[in-house]
Amino acid sequence: MYEKNGEKYYVVDGHMHYWNAAPDNWVPGAEQYAKGWIECFHAYQGLGPPATHWPIEHFQKYSEDDLMKDVFEDGHVDVAIFQPTYLREWYKEGFNTTERNAEMGKHHPGKFVYNTRFDPRDGDEGLKVLQENVDRYGSKGLKLYTAEWNNGSRGYKLSDPGAYRFLEAAQGLGIKNIHVHKGPTIWPLDKDAFDVADVDHAATDFPELNFIVEHVGLPRIEDFCFMATQEPNVYAGLAVVIGGLMHARPRFFAKVMGELLFWVGEDKMLFGSDYAIWEPKWQVEGFVDWEMPAGEEFADYPRLGADGKKKILGLNAAKLYDIDVPAEYQLKDGGTPGAHEVLAGEPEEHAATGA
Amino acid sequence: MTSRVTAGSPNASPGESHPPGDARVLAALDAVRDPELDEPITSLGFVSSCMISADGDAQVRLRLPTYFCAPNFAFLMVADAYDAVSALPGVRATEVVLEDHFASDAINGGVAARAGFARSFDGEAVGELHGLRADFLRKAIMAGTDQVCRPLLDAGTDPGRLLELTLGEVPQSRPLERLRERRAELGLPAGDEAPLVIEPVTGEPVTPDAAPLHLRRARTTRISLESNGSICRGMLRHRYQTSGVGEEEP
Repeated sequence: MYEKNGEKYYVVDGHMHYWNAAPDNWVPGAEQYAKGWIECFHAYQGLGPPATHWPIEHFQKYSEDDLMKDVFEDGHVDVAIFQPTYLREWYKEGFNTTERNAEMGKHHPGKFVYNTRFDPRDGDEGLKVLQENVDRYGSKGLKLYTAEWNNGSRGYKLSDPGAYRFLEAAQGLGIKNIHVHKGPTIWPLDKDAFDVADVDHAATDFPELNFIVEHVGLPRIEDFCFMATQEPNVYAGLAVVIGGLMHARPRFFAKVMGELLFWVGEDKMLFGSDYAIWEPKWQVEGFVDWEMPAGEEFADYPRLGADGKKKILGLNAAKLYDIDVPAEYQLKDGGTPGAHEVLAGEPEEHAATGA
Repeated sequence: MTSRVTAGSPNASPGESHPPGDARVLAALDAVRDPELDEPITSLGFVSSCMISADGDAQVRLRLPTYFCAPNFAFLMVADAYDAVSALPGVRATEVVLEDHFASDAINGGVAARAGFARSFDGEAVGELHGLRADFLRKAIMAGTDQVCRPLLDAGTDPGRLLELTLGEVPQSRPLERLRERRAELGLPAGDEAPLVIEPVTGEPVTPDAAPLHLRRARTTRISLESNGSICRGMLRHRYQTSGVGEEEP
């Protein structure tokens, strides 16, 4: 929790990791990919404040104590949602698997939510593992990385028949939230891997599931916005937006926030630190202090007040994950965040009249 | 004898003190764009060196913000750089090398062999990249529409009036020139008589009903492109501490 100027914020970190990307976990023969991946993440950290940069050795592998201090003790986070990323073709034990996250989290009851994942290319065996993980870890959400390499395949689309089979199975197992993370490769490689049209299809065909598009579809923010405004069950995951822009490019941060507030709305935006890319402390504090700048170019963007920040920092995610939030952190007027119902009837009008 | 233009310290102007042959190569590379960001690879800092021998053998080395930048866009930049440099008069042979990228071998080998994308990524791609390039030209046209229209709106032009304006009636500017170039590249109307605001898929004028949403989308597209560019520059600077040849701050 975080308190500033008499306002109390309950913080749910909607996107964070506990990874091992050190050389001891690199797959022989795939070292260049394992190294390239973590160096790419490390470059993202370079967009945060210099005082929060880590040496690459620490960044490759940090301890349980480091995480607990950075995220909970210093970082103001109340509940953190693990978003696993497997990458087993490059990392022997995976980059950060559901098992690794849960093994660590069991020492800290009540602090973590364990999302799991599937890969539609794993077929029947993958379905079995999905069921086991949901049973074992009580997962209510999935993190899907569509650019994952698997047996010579460079990725998949969420609209593939194989993916639909898994989404149906997941829904039957009680999964509610699908976090989608786009990357640079899919099959076939000649298409735009960052295209979010497949999320659009899946969101239409699975209206009971919520789809949280991580890093707001970056680098396709515009496509994400145009899609999200039409789909009541599509949400914006702010990982990378706050971490990558708020410090490094504050004017672009303001514009991107303005666009998201206009097209998606504060009821459907979720904070995620993307730890250990960035520590939550400076992100939470900076976000609470942030205001839309003055000036012509920002004049017609919606404003974000304390209530909106409370929703984005925790209340929206708490609703999606049925996390109990103490009364003192709820909105004073009793408003209900999580816009599934609120915006459902009006997105087209909202989009057309706002210019 | 071989001369060479290489990446230098930030804010250096490496092109100025080098032989005219290399400056010619650099000028050719100025015309090569990152299709996703719609900016020249030179000003983005993606050219780590370019050189040409007295015999006309040109060598270009390119670098990108991350090891995992999308391979299809990377391929387009390497192939376009190859085409731009090899078209220069007096160039006998051209080599373009993309450094430090997970698909460097496939891309460099494929471009050198003039193999096209699908053959360079055998089994992983089903077609060439023309459709991808066209999609991103349309995004560039949307972003460019905002770049040209926003100053007009800020100066008090009525949004309805924008729809009546032709390209020839808009005051000359670099963004206007760029918008016309992108439209011409896609085969869309780009002459003086053509409407300023058009649908980038059909080339048809935008109707008054559709205009507010169209202009709103143009603005969002521009912000997306420019934000991506700013992230890419930040990542590139973290990865390489030196400026690229011809790099410019936006």
